[in-house]
Amino acid sequence: MDRELVKKLADVLKNRKLPEEVRIMEVCGTHTAEFFRTGVKDLFPENLILIDGPGCPVCVTPNSYLDLVIEIAKKYNAILATFGDMIKVPSSYSSLAKEKADGMDIRIVYSPLDALRMAEENPDREIIFLSVGFETTAPAEAIIIMEAEKKGLTNFSILSCNKLTPPAVDALLSADEVRIDGFIIPGHVSTITGREPWNFIADKYGKPGVISGFEAHDLITGVLALLDLLEKREAVVTNEYKTAVREKGNPNALKIIDTVFEICPAEWRGLGEIPGSGLRIRDEYSRFDAKKKFPATPPPVKEHAGCRCGDLLRGIITPPECPLFDKVCSPENAVGPCMVSSEGPCSAYYKYWRR
Amino acid sequence: MEESKDRAIKKILPGHGSGGKLMNDMISVMIKEILGKDSIQIDDSAVLDIASGKIAFTTDSYTVTPIFFPGGDIGKLAVNGTVNDLAVMGAVPAFLSCSLILEEGFDFESFEKILISMRDAAGEAGVKIVTGDTKVVPNGKGDKIYINTSGIGIFKNEVQRREIKKGDKIIVSGTLGDHGITIMSLRNDLRFSSDLKSDCAPLNGLISEVIAKYPESIKFMRDATRGGLASVLNEITAGKDYSAGITEDDIPVSEEVKGICNLLGLDPLYVANEGKVVIIASPEDADGIVNVMKSNQYGKDSAIIGEIDSLYPGKVYIKTFIGGKRLLPLLIEEQLPRIC
Repeated sequence: MDRELVKKLADVLKNRKLPEEVRIMEVCGTHTAEFFRTGVKDLFPENLILIDGPGCPVCVTPNSYLDLVIEIAKKYNAILATFGDMIKVPSSYSSLAKEKADGMDIRIVYSPLDALRMAEENPDREIIFLSVGFETTAPAEAIIIMEAEKKGLTNFSILSCNKLTPPAVDALLSADEVRIDGFIIPGHVSTITGREPWNFIADKYGKPGVISGFEAHDLITGVLALLDLLEKREAVVTNEYKTAVREKGNPNALKIIDTVFEICPAEWRGLGEIPGSGLRIRDEYSRFDAKKKFPATPPPVKEHAGCRCGDLLRGIITPPECPLFDKVCSPENAVGPCMVSSEGPCSAYYKYWRR
Repeated sequence: MEESKDRAIKKILPGHGSGGKLMNDMISVMIKEILGKDSIQIDDSAVLDIASGKIAFTTDSYTVTPIFFPGGDIGKLAVNGTVNDLAVMGAVPAFLSCSLILEEGFDFESFEKILISMRDAAGEAGVKIVTGDTKVVPNGKGDKIYINTSGIGIFKNEVQRREIKKGDKIIVSGTLGDHGITIMSLRNDLRFSSDLKSDCAPLNGLISEVIAKYPESIKFMRDATRGGLASVLNEITAGKDYSAGITEDDIPVSEEVKGICNLLGLDPLYVANEGKVVIIASPEDADGIVNVMKSNQYGKDSAIIGEIDSLYPGKVYIKTFIGGKRLLPLLIEEQLPRIC
C-alpha cells in the first residue's frame, strides 16, 4: 500500500477523539508483537486501551503438557523435535533447555517436515514432534501424519497440543471477568476458519469484531473500522483482511484437519479446560499419537509462585502490572511462557515498551 | 605470482604446523611471498619505526563461515575488520599481524586465494602486514581457517571521542545489513538474487577525509559489525542521561535486504555490517560530514538517520514510517553466529 496513504491513515487514528475509554482486545500473538513493532500502538489515542488476548500458542500451553513431554522423553529415550520457542518455557520442575543441557536429545526444527525427515534418517530412534499451535499450523501437522502413514513410518509420532481460537474467546467472554468492548480478530487463523465462526462475538455477546491483517496499514484500518462500529453501536463481525480471508475460510485446509484430528476439550493456561477447543488425533491415526503410544504419568503439576501469565492471558492485567515483570522475569530468565515466546505479550512489552 | 613448492601438496598437513621444513617452506615461500615480501619480518617480533605520540592497538579473530562469499572472503574481512577498528578511533592504520589457524586437510588453492585477498585488502587500506604465526589443528578440530589480526594505528589527529550532547546527529555511511544477510542467505541456500553482496570494505580512507575537513566535530565513531546499528547505539546510550532516536524513513536499507529480512523475520538494524560506520557528530557540521562521506566510494549512501535526545534516557528508539515509536533494545542472543 502507498506509504503516504498509510501515513494519512495513521494521522486519522492519532487524532481520533474518543468520548470515553474504549477497551479492545487483540486475540492473536502476532498482532500483539506487530502493534508494537510497527509503531501503531504508540499512535493510539490516550483512552484507547489494547488488551492482549489468549492468542500465543506457546503461552496458552499449560505446564502439564511440557511435564508430559519430559516424562515421555525420559521414559522412552525418544528424540524430541520442537519449534525453538518451546525450548525455554518453564515446565513444573524443569524446561526443555535444562533437559537438553542434561543430555536429553532435543532438536529444534523449522517445519514439521524436518521432524518427519529426522524419523526417516533415524529408523532406530523414536521421534516425537511437539505439535503446539492453532488453526494456522494444524493443517501442516495433519499433512505430516498423512505423510508418515504413506511412508509407513513406525518411529514417528506427535504430541498434539493444537487448539482452536474461537472457543477460547467464547470462554473469555462468558466468564465476563474483564470489560472488552470489541475485538481485533486474528487474520491468519481466519484464513483457515473464515469469518463465520467469529459471528458469536456479535450474536451471543453483542460486541463488534474486525478481522485484520498484520502490516501497519492493516492494523490501522482494523482499529479504525472497529472504532467506527463501536461508535455506531453496531455489533457485527467484519472482515478487513479481504485479500486473504474468505467467508468460509479454506475448505481444503479444514478438510485436512478434519481427516486427522477430531475436536476435544483442551486445557488452556489461565483459562482452564475449555470444551471443544482442542484437536486430538483420530483413532484411525492413533499409532502416530505419542500420548497413546507412550503411556506416562508425569509428577503433579506445579505453578510458579507469583507468575501471572494466566491472568495476563485472560486480559485481567497487562505485562507491566505483573510484579515479576522486568524484575525476576526477563527473556534471559523467564518465569512464565509469555516472556519466552516471540508472540508473548510480556516479551513484546519487554522488547518494545519498557520506557 | 610464483608457483609455490607447497602447491603440489594441495592440502594442509599436520607437518605444516610442526616447526619443521614443511612449515618453514610454507611460511617463507608462500605466506611471506604473498602477504609482504618486504614488510614481513621473519623473527620473534617485528621491529617498527613510529613517530612518538599516541598509538591505537587492537585485535580481532575471524571465523566466518562460509569462508568465501559475494563481496569478499575471510581474508579480506580479517584485514578490513581490524583496519576499521583502528580507523573509528581516529587512528591511521599502519601495521597488522596475521595469525592463521589452519585445519588439516584445508586446500592450498583456497588458502592462497585468501592470502592474496589479504594482500590486496592491506594494499588498498595502506597497511603493512609485518608479523604472523601459523598453527595447524587436526582435521575436525577447526573449520578450514581461522584468522586473527592485530593492528597498530597512529594518531595524527586527536582521538575521536568527545562528549556526546543532546542534539548531536546520528550518521551512517550507507545501507545496513548487507554483510549479515549475504552470509545468512548463503548458509540457508537462499539465493534470491546475484546483486546481494557483503559490504566488506576499509573505512580508513573515508574517515580520514572526514577528520581532515572536520577535525573537532566527531563525538564518536564505531563500525556497526555484530549486532548491527541497534547494538552500537545501545552501547552509546547505556547508563547515560540521553537517548538515541532514529527515523525509519531515513535509514538506508536495500530492497533486497528488506525483502529477505521480512521473509526470515529479522530486523536489518540488528544485522552485521563489515563496511559501515556510525558517527555521532555536532549538529552544525552533520550535513557537511555527510557530504564528505558521500564523495567517497564507500559512503555514497551516507545519511543522517537520527539524533541524540532526552526522550527515553539510556535507551534507543525508532520512529516508524507512520510516526509511532518503539524501543530498540540490545538483543538477548545473537541473530546469527559466526558472521565474522
